[in-house]
Amino acid sequence: MAYLSLEEIVKDCEAKKIPFFRLVMEDDMQERGVSEKDSRTQMVKLWQAMRDAAKNYDANERSTSGLVGGAGGRMEEYRRNEEPLCGTFVSRVIAEALKMGECNACMKRIVAAPTAGACGVLPAVLVPFFEEHETEENVILEALYTAAGIGQVIAARAYIAGASGGCQAEIGTASAMAAGALVHLRGGSPRAIVHAAAMAIKNLLGLVCDPVAGLVEVPCVKRNVIGAMNALSSADMALAGIESRIPPDQVIDAMKEVGDLMSVSLKETGESGLAGTPEGRSVQNRMFAGK
Amino acid sequence: MNLFDILGPVMVGPSSSHTAGAVRIGLITRKLLGAVPVKAEIGMYGSFLATGKGHGTDRAIVAGLLGMQPDDMRIPRSFELADEAGLQFGFTEAKLKGAHPNTAVLKVLGDNEREMTIRACSLGGGRIMINELDGIEVNCTGEMPTIVVNHRDEPGRVAEVTTMLSMLSINIATMSVYRDKRGGRAVMVVELDQGIESDTLKFLESLKGILKVTYINMGE
Repeated sequence: MAYLSLEEIVKDCEAKKIPFFRLVMEDDMQERGVSEKDSRTQMVKLWQAMRDAAKNYDANERSTSGLVGGAGGRMEEYRRNEEPLCGTFVSRVIAEALKMGECNACMKRIVAAPTAGACGVLPAVLVPFFEEHETEENVILEALYTAAGIGQVIAARAYIAGASGGCQAEIGTASAMAAGALVHLRGGSPRAIVHAAAMAIKNLLGLVCDPVAGLVEVPCVKRNVIGAMNALSSADMALAGIESRIPPDQVIDAMKEVGDLMSVSLKETGESGLAGTPEGRSVQNRMFAGK
Repeated sequence: MNLFDILGPVMVGPSSSHTAGAVRIGLITRKLLGAVPVKAEIGMYGSFLATGKGHGTDRAIVAGLLGMQPDDMRIPRSFELADEAGLQFGFTEAKLKGAHPNTAVLKVLGDNEREMTIRACSLGGGRIMINELDGIEVNCTGEMPTIVVNHRDEPGRVAEVTTMLSMLSINIATMSVYRDKRGGRAVMVVELDQGIESDTLKFLESLKGILKVTYINMGE
């Protein structure tokens, strides 16, 4: 990616009078030496894989450790039979995020976005939006390019893996990508897209990566939910004309600084935080004993 | 990172480093062996050893040895499928010092009687690196078309290979040469900007002092 800055992308979009996704797509074509058709074909495959993954959820499956599984099914049942506080659309987003997180933990096929641990965030907002808002598939593909462009800048300026920068880098990045994608779906400007991304990161800043027994299960599955919910609220704020008071690139840099300062025991090592609780430790001991 | 490193890969969960990368380690081992593996002793190190079972790293490596890609839905059932395919396998702790935390050491036997030992690590995002091949350091990722040439450590062997590539107008991206001792076994690892034909590889192998040529092209 030629861009190391969200603000620069916005500047170029405004100068060339082209949408955010087009700049990202053209950059990809140039970088990899492929045609627009080839690039789009690859994106269509990813989108198809995301939709297939969402459909393949099985509420009866459990992860190898037995820690997760079935939550997506329970959420689905609740939202169908009762009146969820979050309303029909948002409660579906919650259910989809749980389902995808659980699919991943149960060794089913998913699309890493940007990582496997955060694979539920983007489809949790895109799949319901596509199905419930009669959106053209083309526009969803544009939203995916938008998301990927945001992720690329974050990966270049900071990091996207929990082991490197904590959960803020992993779910935080997924949330920023989803927020930008949602703003595009609602016709927001490049500027609104990057401010939605910035607000999404800000709201998850400092989140640690503390998986029980070092597995991508607890709390990772449910963190996909907060990533998706945070994307929705950040996108709505940006669409309302609200901006991040700290410029988007500086927000990413702050995320990097916080990640660098974070103790290694809170970066996917399974030592502190939730992993270090008495319950977390006893799960870990059980896992080892079961070997 | 390119756009499809951020979105993707399509993979079987739960972890790009501990599952998808592990499948690729098994797969590249099979390709390097150039045969169907019938026996595999798999040593795990670091985080692979500590959390591998919960991440399905063990099943992922076996799946790769069976020729599966990281998005193969059969990965969780790889142990059963290995039994059916006649692949014997076992796991041990790899005793290493200072290696990458996600490292595996595989000792494999092919149906052509060939034995091979490979040490490889998973770098994150499904990317891997082969660190050692039959006791000789190699450090290549397999992301570009790569030829691994086992040869005798004697003058002229490097020139034979590079002359050949030059005649075919194939550009060398990176190149490293390693040996176990002076005049002993040596390995040349050459990463190329273009793919290479199998006839060329056969010809290279027929040259004096060249013991074996292995071609890795994960894109294929």
